[in-house]
Amino acid sequence: MKDFTLLLDRLSYEHGRNAKLRILCDFFAHVPDPERGYALAALTGALQFKQAKPGLLRALIATRVDPVLFDLSYDFVGDLSETIALLWPAPPSDTRPGSNHPPLLLSEVIHGLSGGKLDLPGRIAAWLDALDETGRWALLKLVTGALRIGVSARLAKTALADYGGRQVDEIETVWHGLAPPYLDLFAWLEGREGRPDAKDPAPFHPAMLAHAIEGQDFTVLKPEDFRAEWKWDGIRIQVVIGQDDHGARVTRLYTRTGEEIAHTFPDLCAALDLIPCDRFALDGELLILRAGRVQPFSVLQQRLNRKVVSAKLLIDFPAHIRAYDLLSEAGEDLRPLPFQERRTRLETFVSKAQSDRLDLSPEIPFTTFEDLAAARANPASHGAGEDAEAIEGVMLKQEQSIYVPGRPKGLWYKWKRDPFTIDAVLMYAQRGHGKRSSLYSDYTFGVWRGDPQAREGEAQLVPVGKAYFGFTDEELRQLDHYVRAHTVNRYGPVRVIDHGRDEEGAVKGLVLEIAFEGLNRSSRHKSGLAMRFPRISRIRWDKPAAEADRIEALEGLLRGKVG
Amino acid sequence: MRASDLLATTPAGLYCALGDFHIDPTRAVARALITHAHSDHARRGHGKVLATAETLGLMALRHGADHAGATQALAYGETLDLGGVQISFHPAGHVLGSAQIRLEKDGFILVVSGDYKRERDPTCPAFEPIRCHTFITEATFGLPVFHHRNSMGEIERLLASLHLFPERPHLLGAYALGKAQRCLALLREAGHAAPIFLHGAVEKLTSFYEQTGLDFGRIEKLDPARRKETKGAIILCPPSALGDPWARKFDDPVLSFASGWMRIRAFARQRGVELPLVISDHADWDGLLTTISETGCEQVLVTHGEAEALVHWARGRGLSAEPLHLLGYGDEEKEDSTSEPSGDGSA
Repeated sequence: MKDFTLLLDRLSYEHGRNAKLRILCDFFAHVPDPERGYALAALTGALQFKQAKPGLLRALIATRVDPVLFDLSYDFVGDLSETIALLWPAPPSDTRPGSNHPPLLLSEVIHGLSGGKLDLPGRIAAWLDALDETGRWALLKLVTGALRIGVSARLAKTALADYGGRQVDEIETVWHGLAPPYLDLFAWLEGREGRPDAKDPAPFHPAMLAHAIEGQDFTVLKPEDFRAEWKWDGIRIQVVIGQDDHGARVTRLYTRTGEEIAHTFPDLCAALDLIPCDRFALDGELLILRAGRVQPFSVLQQRLNRKVVSAKLLIDFPAHIRAYDLLSEAGEDLRPLPFQERRTRLETFVSKAQSDRLDLSPEIPFTTFEDLAAARANPASHGAGEDAEAIEGVMLKQEQSIYVPGRPKGLWYKWKRDPFTIDAVLMYAQRGHGKRSSLYSDYTFGVWRGDPQAREGEAQLVPVGKAYFGFTDEELRQLDHYVRAHTVNRYGPVRVIDHGRDEEGAVKGLVLEIAFEGLNRSSRHKSGLAMRFPRISRIRWDKPAAEADRIEALEGLLRGKVG
Repeated sequence: MRASDLLATTPAGLYCALGDFHIDPTRAVARALITHAHSDHARRGHGKVLATAETLGLMALRHGADHAGATQALAYGETLDLGGVQISFHPAGHVLGSAQIRLEKDGFILVVSGDYKRERDPTCPAFEPIRCHTFITEATFGLPVFHHRNSMGEIERLLASLHLFPERPHLLGAYALGKAQRCLALLREAGHAAPIFLHGAVEKLTSFYEQTGLDFGRIEKLDPARRKETKGAIILCPPSALGDPWARKFDDPVLSFASGWMRIRAFARQRGVELPLVISDHADWDGLLTTISETGCEQVLVTHGEAEALVHWARGRGLSAEPLHLLGYGDEEKEDSTSEPSGDGSA
């Protein structure tokens, strides 16, 4: 527990990605099996203890601490694990395990947590008694399963790759066949044994990604070498169907980074299980379709990351897959085949599948890049019809390209539609994190409701979004300077930047040109709008704040079905 | 005689009508008794000020020699009669010159604690518990989650980090009056002999401490031209400087902050602190409870801080207890709420 505690404690105060990777690598190198493997399982979310609920912990602390004092403390600290860790009274020293008592191991805790429910509170209490304050915090984070220390499963796997001198995709490939404490994985990474068998009957295939196309690419690339299709605004999904040792069908849905999410899409899995092919892998986009129409990303978002998938959710948000690649079929690995052959196989496969939850991502016919530019500018009249609002650009795929994991050069390109821009006024600023913690780098901006040009008007700024990138280091320095010089108020960490009127009634404030990818309605924001991917594209030092955009401009975009 | 016969709460703070004086008034008054020199307790512009000589010296340093119409120093343990109320000052262990104020009238004893701590501090005399009927206490850390660790252990964590990262300058944010000098003294006690650099805002107050006879070893004002020499050194600065452009000029610094609030992770993370040190000049929860018990008081009144939990606890022990909800006392350990003389920002 001691090494694990130290690891969580250090990670929780560390902001930098590289520093986190270093800390993790160092941990893997110095902590023995099986402790390091269990720690890895905790970091990647591979452990779940169904019995240990927050309610159990609350009941435990109630036996040791005055409930009024607990409530006041919890209110102040705001984190259940941390509050209990800080409040848990140290047992009288004579009842504490002596120094000859072996230290508590992470593996012991994990086995203890997986055991019977009956004496679980007693076991947890005994561990809390044996640990110091930071140890208690780490234990409770582990028990509740909510580490929240800024380390994703992907980051932990990247650290493993660094540790073993491998690519992270190699880790992803074997990952789903492995189980804690990952002895075979570490043996492989340390060169003591061969690569663990991908025992998984339906393993993840590391995804092939596209480059953003740039101006000069059009002069080099030949349009006749490429095929084009729409870039759908959903999430990348990989369907893998296999058979386990007993011949039972295994259905998996993986995200782009190899996270397995089939359990949150039972509707889709049921439909996929009807497809009369017992082994295949295909690549596509996960979308929500209502009456055959693709819904914008904001609708899909409401279906994602749900812990409980209710029957109503299944009906209101029917999930669908729009396929664009076939990676394997009936045990045959298709990835070494050129794209155009895989495409032909995919077309046949989809038509034979006859599933109402699976269709084909249509191709866009074109001869020149100008043709494609026209389609990209107006998808509705180039075949996308009513689905146009769920399109965020076009994809170009070299027809001879084999399926290569990662982001190989020159094979696949994404050509996103141009971002929308508005001019907004800087309203609030907050410090950034890590390297930027001494700079005001998070900016909230707003647009006008009412007419700011009218001297006596009721015009006011409505916040419409927050951006923290898009500027150069030099611009950041200038913005930081501006924020410090124009702060008129503070609320905790938030600075209010002057956007009032001067003595003559003219509006003060700094105008920022904001670029964004789309707009959705949102009941969570005061303005009723939520921007996708907003960033600062230009600082308009020259533009008077009264000439910034009005909310009507955004509402107009919404009515124009953007997003 | 009851507490309310001796002291009343007014918009300016605690007021004694019999003696016609305020204690730590939050606005200018005719006659003020000051517990210690932190700016929220010791304001400028009073007619007359009564305090310890050290507190008066620090007030003159921060507000200028003309901060009050007249000043009078009272040594610890000395007694003065004001309108029939016997007044004396006793060590509070908070910062240099800090005092509890004891009031006695017709055998009834009331103590105003000011800010205080129970842990040892090499830069000021230790807190002395005083038997009293009514104890008026602070409660900055008045929640059972606040348990300050041994401050020397925290200093050792800083030195361990210095050992681990000998190439990186260690910026230690510490409140400029009291905490900074306590950290200096503890670092020397821990055997750290290398020069320690001071941010401009810490320098003047540190020299004042030295004039009272404290030795901090080799300390140097930070020379911007010689910033490179701070590799692997400790630089003491006010906590607000950690978030200023000043901190950015160092090469890959370790940001550390000495405060009781560092016990709560979110506070440390909000400030981007990598090495939080739980070192406080206020009593922690156990310190507050021990002190209340040691005074043998029948009544506890809480001036500021997290009063609710402390009042709940005291009532549970059969004591009479009330929060006073005094406004205007910031909390120097959070620091954003109070403004320090910024000193030479470029230092």
